Amino acid sequence: MKEKKLKYTLISVASIAAFLSVWYLVTDVFHIFPSSTFPSPVKVAQAFIRKLTVKTPDGGTLATHLAASLKVALYGYLLGIGIGVPLGILMGWFRKVDLIVKPIFDLVRPIPPVGWIPLMILWLGIGMRAKATVIFVSAVTPSIINAYTGIKQTNSVHIWVARTFGAKSLETLIKVGIPSALPMIFAGLKVSLGASWMALVAAEMLASTEGLGYMIQMNRMVGKADNIMVGMITIGLVGAMLTWILEKLENKLVKGGRTK
Amino acid sequence: MEHSGKIKKDAMILCDHVSKSFVNGNETAEVLKDITLSVEENEFVVILGPGQCGKTTLVNILAGLERASGGEVTVNGKKVTDPEPERGVVYQKTALFPWLTVEGNVGFGPKMAGVPKKERKERTKHYIELVGLSGFEKSYPIKLSGGMRQRVGIARAYCNNPSVLLMDEPFGHLDAQTRYLMQEEVERIWSQDKRTVIFVTNNIEEAVYLADRIVLLSNCPTTVRNEFKIDLQRPRDNMSSEFLRLREEIGRHVEMTR
Ligand SMILES: Nc1ncnc2c1ncn2[C@@H]1O[C@H](COP(=O)(O)OP(=O)(O)OP(=O)(O)O)[C@@H](O)[C@H]1O
Ligand SMILES: [Mg+2]
Repeated sequence: MKEKKLKYTLISVASIAAFLSVWYLVTDVFHIFPSSTFPSPVKVAQAFIRKLTVKTPDGGTLATHLAASLKVALYGYLLGIGIGVPLGILMGWFRKVDLIVKPIFDLVRPIPPVGWIPLMILWLGIGMRAKATVIFVSAVTPSIINAYTGIKQTNSVHIWVARTFGAKSLETLIKVGIPSALPMIFAGLKVSLGASWMALVAAEMLASTEGLGYMIQMNRMVGKADNIMVGMITIGLVGAMLTWILEKLENKLVKGGRTK
Repeated sequence: MEHSGKIKKDAMILCDHVSKSFVNGNETAEVLKDITLSVEENEFVVILGPGQCGKTTLVNILAGLERASGGEVTVNGKKVTDPEPERGVVYQKTALFPWLTVEGNVGFGPKMAGVPKKERKERTKHYIELVGLSGFEKSYPIKLSGGMRQRVGIARAYCNNPSVLLMDEPFGHLDAQTRYLMQEEVERIWSQDKRTVIFVTNNIEEAVYLADRIVLLSNCPTTVRNEFKIDLQRPRDNMSSEFLRLREEIGRHVEMTR
């Protein structure tokens, strides 16, 4: 088991190292691409360090942009899953809720979250609320769908067990429905997180004065490819980190394997 | 030994002319047709029937999980309309909660019934011991073998102190070796902690090994074909000539229902 893990880590490290080497070779060594539009990994690393303290040309350090992005993302995400998961659960368990909510949901769902941006700018301006709303829309849909499906897939024998032990409907939902849907719910939370992070960057490129998306956009205007890459890499790393946190939480909360 | 059709109106469980049809669109499938049987208190009755004849449907009706289309079931004179903790069920498909440990699964019933934690712990421990799973209290079902899971299922049903236990082919998908072992276990548990048991199977040997009385069902639409009283001493020896003779005789009756 341990050996397998070590092997896995080694392969991961090797693959990243190979990627960086190729990048280095095509830029600093063979100069295949012009360094102003395709900077080498060394240049990007330097830009990264510089961006920790320097505010130009986009009005903020990396940390302030990151903080702005995280704040908006978390607001929108938490609101999205906070409404989406319970709503999905209720829709999956109570037929009446399903009948009322499903038609609206099915109509709204096909609209891509980014499609909400123009309307949100009109309604809420280009501040925090507009962006958070767009992220909310991205996060809420997968949360609903996964919680709904997870509850619907509850093993009917499990429900029988609870009923023969005298559990009422709400009790059965809490003691049986939700625990058995938990793996699905977590899958939804992860999809929601990815969707939120993507929508965030899109929203910041279109309607913002701060954040990682804004930073990328501003640096495009002044042609600073190294800063753009710094922004992209930060977005990637932070996204991966958030997913990792969620997975840790899942391993803590989802007990006894993921089989039905 | 064979005595068919007589039912006692004062028996603990009375299944009175029960029938069940499933309606799917405009097709109606008649599964149970006029099932009448009675079970005495602390009696071990085995319902023996071919595959797909409606055994699970009958168990669900007895449990109160499903409504009969005709007839009624009474337990202690009270009509069965809903599931109740006094009738414990061991399901055909091992239906342990995968997110709970052995302890959590076994203690689920008492928890639902609001039994205080201390008493619940003691009871849980007792029944885990009874089914021989001490040491596995903290294991999740995914780590257990099929036989162990069924033991947990039995302990879970017992732990709620039901007066009636309904067991729906609990050993149906165990290998032969484990199956023998589990039959001995069920016999032992039942002898130590008497309950009224209705045990469903399609295995003749299992039926003869366990039953005070065997109720033989027909093919679909299902009725009661025959009843056999098994007066062998317990625990039974499934190699004894008496056992083999009974097994063969019932086997002949089963052949006739095919
Ligand atoms: N809810 C339902 N709706 C429609 N048909 C059903 C339903 N439940 C059971 N049936 C049908 O009733 C028949 C008997 O099913 P049941 O599961 O009770 O039989 P069984 O004897 O327990 O089968 P097995 O030997 O596989 O355990 C089957 O043909 C099944 O398709
Ligand atoms: Mg069955």
